[in-house]
Amino acid sequence: MNVTAIIINGIAVVGLLIAFVKDGKKAIKSLKMAGRSFIKILPMVFIIIIIIGLLLGFVPPDQISRFVGEQSGFGGILLVGAAGALMHIPALLSFPLAASLLEDGASVSAVAAFITTLTMIGTITLPLEIKELGKKIALLRNGLSFIIAIIIALIMGAIL
Amino acid sequence: MKKDLKEKQKRGMIRDWVLLGSILITTVVLLSIFPDKKGAVISTSWDFFIEMALILPAVMVILGLFAVWVPKDIVVKYLGNASGIRGIFLAIILGALPTGPLYIAFPMAAALLKKGAKISNIIVFLSAWACIKIPQEMVELQFLGVQFMISRLILTIIFVVIMGLVIERIIKWGDKEGGVENAI
Repeated sequence: MNVTAIIINGIAVVGLLIAFVKDGKKAIKSLKMAGRSFIKILPMVFIIIIIIGLLLGFVPPDQISRFVGEQSGFGGILLVGAAGALMHIPALLSFPLAASLLEDGASVSAVAAFITTLTMIGTITLPLEIKELGKKIALLRNGLSFIIAIIIALIMGAIL
Repeated sequence: MKKDLKEKQKRGMIRDWVLLGSILITTVVLLSIFPDKKGAVISTSWDFFIEMALILPAVMVILGLFAVWVPKDIVVKYLGNASGIRGIFLAIILGALPTGPLYIAFPMAAALLKKGAKISNIIVFLSAWACIKIPQEMVELQFLGVQFMISRLILTIIFVVIMGLVIERIIKWGDKEGGVENAI
C-alpha cells in the first residue's frame, strides 16, 4: 500500500469517526450514499480496468507513442485533447487510464491534455449549460477551456 | 422531474453493465485467439484493479460525508457577493468541495448570476467544480504522482482565473455593444 492510499483511507476513517461522534444518523446516511455511488461506478471501473489490460497487452508501446507520444508532437496533443473533450467517462477513472497510457509511451503533454479536457469540457452537458447560463457563457467557457487545456499540457510537457 | 432522473440513471446503469458484459466477452475471445497475451493482459488489469480497490471505497466515503454534511446553499451564501481576490479564492474552494456532478452546478451558477455575482467568479467556480475536485486530485495523486498532480493543479488554477477574467471582459464588452444598438 503506498503513501497516497494510506492518507486517503486515513482521511476517510477519521472523517467517518468524527461523523459518527457528531451525528450517527447522518453518518449512516453518508455511508449509504457512498455505497450507492460505489455500486453505480463499479461497472465503469471494471470496463476501464479491462480496457487498460487490453491496451497494454495488445498495443505495442511504439504504436501508442507514435500517436500520442513525444514524436506525435502538437498534432498528437490536439488529438488526445479532442478525444478527452468528446469522451464521457467519470473523471475519477480518467486517471488510471492516463497512467496506463503514460506507462506505455504516451507523452506527459498528451496525458495532461486528455485529463484536462475530459474534466473541464462537457459536450454531453453542454445543452444544459447553454440552457442555464446562455449560449455565450457556455460556448466561451467550453471553447476557451480547450485552449487553456492545450496550453497547460504544453507547459506540463516542458517542465516534467 | 426527479422520477425522470432516476429512470435515466437506471438506464445508464443497465447500459454500463451491458457494456461491461460485451467487453468481457470480447476479451475472452481475444485472449483465446492470442493465448500468449493472456499473462500480460491479466497481470496489468490486476495491478490496476488493486490500485483502484485501495482507494475507491475511501474516496466514495469522503464524497458521501461531504454530500451529507456540506449544505447545498453554502455556495450561494458565500459566493453571492464576494469580489476581488477573495471572490476568486472562494470560487476555487467552493468549486473544489466534493459536492456532486457538474450538472448540478449549472443551476447554482445561473442563480448566482441573476443575483449579480461576478461573471469571472462564476466561470472560476464552474471550472474548479469540473476539474479541481478534491477526490479527483486524490486519485490523480495515486496514479500519476505528486509532481504531475501539483503542477497540473497550479497551472489549472492560474489559467482558469485568467479565463474567468477574459470571459468577463468579452461578455461585458458584448453587452456594451448590444446596449448601444438597443439605444438606437
